[in-house]
Amino acid sequence: MTTTAPAAAEVPAALRRQRRRRNLRTLAFLSPWLIGFTVFFAYPLCATVYYSFTRYDLINAPVWVGLRNWNYVLNDYPPLWQALRNTLWLVVVMVTLRVIFGLGLGMLAIRLKRGGGLFRTLSYLPYLAPPVAATIGFAFLLNPGTGPVNHLLGNVGIPQPGWFNDPDWSKPALTLLALWGIGDLLVIFTASLLDVPREQYEAAELDGVGPWQRFRYVTWPAITPVVLFAVVTGVIQTMQYYTQAMVAGKVASGIIGNSGQSFEPGYPQGTTLTLPQLVYEEGFSTFNTGAACVISLLLFVIAMAFTFLLLRRRSGLLDDD
Amino acid sequence: MHRLPRLRRSITTLACAATLALMASACAGDDGGSGTGAEEAPDKKVTITFWHGWSAESETKAVDDLVAKFTAKHPNIKVKVVSNVTDDKITQGIRSGKGPDVVSSFTTDNVGQFCTSGSWTDLAPWLAKSNIDPATTFPKPVLDYTQFQGKRCALPLLADSYGLYYNKDMFAAAGITQPPKTFTELAETAKKLNQLNGDGTFKVAGFVPTFHAYEFSAAHTLAQFGPTYQTPDGKSNLSKDPVVPQFFNWQKQFVESQGGFDKLEKFRTTFGEEFSAENPFMSGKLAMTMDGEWRTAMLAQDAPNLNYGTAPFPVPDDQQDKYGRSYLTGTTVGIAKSSHHQAAAWEFVKFVTTDTEALVAFSQAIHNVPSTNAALAASPLANDEHFKPFIDAFKHPASNTTPASPNGGKYQVTLSEYAYKWEAGQGGDLTKSLADLDKQIDTDVAQVK
Repeated sequence: MTTTAPAAAEVPAALRRQRRRRNLRTLAFLSPWLIGFTVFFAYPLCATVYYSFTRYDLINAPVWVGLRNWNYVLNDYPPLWQALRNTLWLVVVMVTLRVIFGLGLGMLAIRLKRGGGLFRTLSYLPYLAPPVAATIGFAFLLNPGTGPVNHLLGNVGIPQPGWFNDPDWSKPALTLLALWGIGDLLVIFTASLLDVPREQYEAAELDGVGPWQRFRYVTWPAITPVVLFAVVTGVIQTMQYYTQAMVAGKVASGIIGNSGQSFEPGYPQGTTLTLPQLVYEEGFSTFNTGAACVISLLLFVIAMAFTFLLLRRRSGLLDDD
Repeated sequence: MHRLPRLRRSITTLACAATLALMASACAGDDGGSGTGAEEAPDKKVTITFWHGWSAESETKAVDDLVAKFTAKHPNIKVKVVSNVTDDKITQGIRSGKGPDVVSSFTTDNVGQFCTSGSWTDLAPWLAKSNIDPATTFPKPVLDYTQFQGKRCALPLLADSYGLYYNKDMFAAAGITQPPKTFTELAETAKKLNQLNGDGTFKVAGFVPTFHAYEFSAAHTLAQFGPTYQTPDGKSNLSKDPVVPQFFNWQKQFVESQGGFDKLEKFRTTFGEEFSAENPFMSGKLAMTMDGEWRTAMLAQDAPNLNYGTAPFPVPDDQQDKYGRSYLTGTTVGIAKSSHHQAAAWEFVKFVTTDTEALVAFSQAIHNVPSTNAALAASPLANDEHFKPFIDAFKHPASNTTPASPNGGKYQVTLSEYAYKWEAGQGGDLTKSLADLDKQIDTDVAQVK
């Protein structure tokens, strides 16, 4: 006993050193991510929460005002609810149509016997166009007075919408723009469709199932995780929708915002207003950074809630094994 | 064997220190300078940075010429010029502490914020030190829009007024001999000048009175009525000022008299970009338009053969004694709080805002209204047939501007947003809506106080 006791005490000490070394090594490998996470996510998030309780104009030191910014944004700030309604519309319509359209194009791309490569290239190319340039191009194409699209529609006797200039058509016009730049979803859907085991299709064919059943019982279960990914990322991107809506509004309204010539974000009549535009307006145009932080946090919470709900529904989307 | 763990510990410590340093630097988003360099020797060699908003080639050249005149007089001060800068960039630049020394803004809307936040320094001590009396140097309107609640953080660097541009050939073809002076005459003249296509759409419009028609904005047009935006205690006064509902009702009638909102808006979408050669007045799509004095330079450059005239913008029928008035605004210039060379920056600000010869040359180059009494008197532009109405408008006692506010031009955006709804027929009950606007504007202002 007396000879084994020191040995027993030594082993845990060696183990502890080994564990500590392992932990330190792990920490060292993780450190780039940890630093990035701390500097670019955790600190800004904490700072945003803090500033949301302050009056802060970006120049002077923030002054604690308690819940005043929250009360203002939630009770006395009508643009918030308009932006939320627009965002909800875009999430429901734009994200859904993008997924359906991307999936449809992907299925077409893998079925094409000839010219598949060219089709995929041409379908992907618009995604590479810078958003500002693409939006200006669309605003030109869809100009109600001079655009070729309305000219064409007029020639065949179809009513000509006002597109970006019409409150009823501005969001559908943005959706068209989003569908045009479908390249990202086309790539992931094409890859996932090619990944579906061929033998399952062959077995289904032997069983004599039709195209819809083949899609429902063979393709869909295999690609569901990718669809879920497309929906989650689509919802988050739509929550952050800014550039296209802002550029389309500016180009269509023709207002650049001189003195006494105010550009209203969300032209026409607030129908393209989104939460990030409000963050920018409050933070950098009216120097109301506290309120901008509140809107940012609401955006963060809503995006988190959407993501959480969708991930919770994951089991529902995936067929039970 | 024991060196490796120590090394690891060192690396970990270093990583933690680096993280903390990064966080600390991220937290330190303060102004940096704050008044240093105020007592620099006058002949000390320094480089200052001047941020301005002009972007057109002819304009940036005019700025460069202005700067060259300054450096000829002050060889020890080198000026680094940065063009095409917006107010957002100005605020960010000042906040970073590495931004400009001298800043200029195209809009007077943010003077309230610049003064209250202190991002633009108080110029009163500098003016006193240089024995400049603002009241005798600058006309009253520009003095008003370059200060906020008694704090003078900006000075005017040229000014803008607005008027009526009209196509003389179209007037002659329609048998019209003189520009309209009242709003009734404006609507009647516009109707005579309208030219329609076979399908009833506009080929040429006499006048497009919708609020997105470039300079025909709510604020610019409401100025013709002489509004009182704020009560003496700073509250929004839109619902209590009788000229505001009068203005909205007049605009609605005007729009209807020209064919209605939808028809006019569809025509508006055919307009080229405002500050290009495709501007609708310059390309012959409009017979009349409201525009600023700078258009005279653009017309000379891009549409030299257009036979046009300028006149004061018409006034309400019941305010004919105010004919000649206009909305006034202008470029403002100040010293950034973060400047490390405030004495040199002041020399530059003083030169560009008060040197008569430099101001006259600069205003002639970019066709803006000179912003000092001396430059106004000396400017040859006062004898220019096209420019004279704008100088007269600038001097008119009934001309006015939009007051500064602590949250920039937000109250104007609120008013404009309602104006856009109103003209589209979605304005609801005007009296109640104006009361709601007042409430919203007051709430927004209280939020930043």
